[in-house]
Amino acid sequence: MSSKFQLFFIVFILSMLGISIAFYKVVYLDVPLTPHEKKSLFTVTSSIELQKTKNPIVVSLSLPKPQDGMKIISNEVDSGDFGYTISHDNNLDRATWAKRELDKATKIYYKITILSDTLYTASSQELELLSSGIKDSQIGLWDESEQNAVKTLIDYVHKHSADDVTFVAELITLFNAKQTIEPINTLLKIKGETKISLISAILQHQNIVFHKLRGIELLDGQKDRMLITMLRVKFANKWYLYSLKDGQITQSSNFFVWHEGNSPLLITKGESKAKLRFSVTETKVSATTIAKNMIKDANAEFLNFSLYTLPSLQQNAFKQILLVPIGALIVVIMRILIGFRTMGTFMPILFSLAFIQTTLLSGILLFIVIIGAGLFVRTYLSKLQLLLVARISAVIIVVVAIMSIMSIVSYRLGMDEVLKITFFPMIILSWTIERMSILWEEEGSHEALTQGGGSLIVAVIAYFAMDNVMVRYITFNFPELLLVILSIIILIGRYTGYRLSELIRFSPLGK
Amino acid sequence: MWFTSFAKLQKKGVVGMNYRNVELIGRYNKRSSYPLVDNKIITKKIAHDVGIAVTELYSTVESQSQLKNLHDILLPYENFVIKPNHGSGGKGIIVITHRNGDHFVKASGDVLTLEDLRRHISNTLSGLYSLGGRYDIVIIEKLVVFDPMFAKYSYEGVPDIRIIVYRGYPVMAMMRCPTRSSDGKANLHQGAVGVGIDLKTGKAINAVVRNRPVEKHPDTGYDFSGLHIPRWEEILNIASLSYDMTGLGYLGADIVFDKNMGPLLLELNARPGLAIQIANDKGLRGRISFIDAQKDIRNAKERVAFSMNSVSLI
Repeated sequence: MSSKFQLFFIVFILSMLGISIAFYKVVYLDVPLTPHEKKSLFTVTSSIELQKTKNPIVVSLSLPKPQDGMKIISNEVDSGDFGYTISHDNNLDRATWAKRELDKATKIYYKITILSDTLYTASSQELELLSSGIKDSQIGLWDESEQNAVKTLIDYVHKHSADDVTFVAELITLFNAKQTIEPINTLLKIKGETKISLISAILQHQNIVFHKLRGIELLDGQKDRMLITMLRVKFANKWYLYSLKDGQITQSSNFFVWHEGNSPLLITKGESKAKLRFSVTETKVSATTIAKNMIKDANAEFLNFSLYTLPSLQQNAFKQILLVPIGALIVVIMRILIGFRTMGTFMPILFSLAFIQTTLLSGILLFIVIIGAGLFVRTYLSKLQLLLVARISAVIIVVVAIMSIMSIVSYRLGMDEVLKITFFPMIILSWTIERMSILWEEEGSHEALTQGGGSLIVAVIAYFAMDNVMVRYITFNFPELLLVILSIIILIGRYTGYRLSELIRFSPLGK
Repeated sequence: MWFTSFAKLQKKGVVGMNYRNVELIGRYNKRSSYPLVDNKIITKKIAHDVGIAVTELYSTVESQSQLKNLHDILLPYENFVIKPNHGSGGKGIIVITHRNGDHFVKASGDVLTLEDLRRHISNTLSGLYSLGGRYDIVIIEKLVVFDPMFAKYSYEGVPDIRIIVYRGYPVMAMMRCPTRSSDGKANLHQGAVGVGIDLKTGKAINAVVRNRPVEKHPDTGYDFSGLHIPRWEEILNIASLSYDMTGLGYLGADIVFDKNMGPLLLELNARPGLAIQIANDKGLRGRISFIDAQKDIRNAKERVAFSMNSVSLI
């Protein structure tokens, strides 16, 4: 009883382990589960256009940070012949390009590729809060009429809103209205104040926590765009994103934040006409490509053991090798649950691997031709009274000869598929011939054909299981699921019920 | 009906291959004991030690070089049987019933030359018939002269008695009678008749050919209802003792009935097949669980008595 418990325990542990690693890869690393799945990748390109100048020139662009729901997969820079450095300063990454002089107008590109993924959470860096208190003096510096205007405005907005959420919306809407109300006109006249700075000042005055953001919507085909400024406001522990254009609350799911805070997005020295523009393109990428990137780039330590870290030659070998357990599973099912009799336990797998190379139909034909011809020759050899080892060696040579002749003849006839005959395992073929002929002599043609045919059927079924695109994809990208196959095989190994074939065999007993 | 259902087999207590492999062979047959039964020379030796009569070993051929002397080795014997030491399922066995000049005559009447025998032995030595294809030894043993009372039930071969021994208790028995289609071999696969034998009396219960019930032997035409194996208790004793000598909990004992010597142990099998259930028209499960329920420790004789009186009723 305890051994049974142990068995179930092991099976449970193994399958849970396999499934949870696979689950982790699908959900958190975003490895697609099927090869057909397409994912959207957005490429956001910032271009800085610079006019020619004799002055030394330094351009510095603020770079985006990781953010929730958007995973930065790669970034790429095209700096022309500029010197290029990345600096990390004040919790902000900046790319800096520099050049002594510029003899023609030039564009610099900084490109990032994003995978939009709702479950991704950025490593939470405490966002710098631009809120309240400290800068309240800004309003205090204004004159009385201006301060009164602020008060009137706040009163007005307060009356026309229900809570902080609607307060902000109303405030922004008022600033954007075609016919602005009096207090706003007064405020806008203040020197050096803009719409944004005024709204910020009022929000600070009201002790509302907010950030100023600049970013772009992830929509395909945006070209030559400037970044949109948004306000992200915190109420009751939730963040709301306000468009500064119309005061609407927008969905943040496809809004990619490039820059946060009050620091300048672009700093230029020695050049005044730098033009910064953004564009977005969407590409649909096959699952396999993403899987490869995701598994390869994942920071998770254990994924460094991924098969993608191997050289590509070995990777291809493993694509084949990882199919063998699937074949083994088929053999286990066919033998233990169905009750097929095969010649040699795992011989069918080797043949189905060969069928994958030759394609099924020509594979089966080749199999039958070689085995048939081999059996014929073997019958003659047995008359020569050779020792066993010598006889099998002779059969091997005959098999090689048959294979070569078939290749040459079919190549002359223009049937290229036959050339793949080399993928047939010769030694196994020879042993199959030897075993089959002994079976034929000992137990008669019926038994030999039953077992030979059984092997062929199992090989064909294993071929269909292994040559499946889905199976190939899953076995290579989720090798941990081998553990699940292992536990299934362990379970079947303890199956003590009847085989399907025994329903026929023991039918006289079931009367 | 050419097929049946899981439920019906279950109800009948039929043991399937998977159950046999896991619960009987896997549980009760220790790997280390296999050589005792797979190697016929060892089987003969240990059987002799516990006092079981076996077919007499004439000689062995252990290497290809001995084949030169094959003529001399065979010289003293008018009839004999050639067997692979590690063979199974009756493979590679040649039965020579008498000589005709320089030639050897098989049970079927086919004539072999010394060269034919030499080739066969050479093949056997290279492992053609052995389990796993390893090098083998050839044994030459005395031909069993089967009792004429079995002649009615056999065609050109020696019928043998297969007894399944579970944890020392004989649980089921059958007689395997060669037919023309089985080529004189007592092999059910090839069409020999399987006759279920009552554990208590040694009388036939039921007979099948290729899994289908028959009344009479297909070649000799005799009705199996008249089959009654003599010295039955003695035969069961041999079977029961083979448990003591091998320690295998699930065991098939093959016994032949020699005209002069009486019951002889032919060979033991650590993986006996399940066709015996069809021959007896009965599943093994009931008897197995009946024996599992036994708490008393019994010696071979007591186990035989228990099998005859109690197990046979299940």
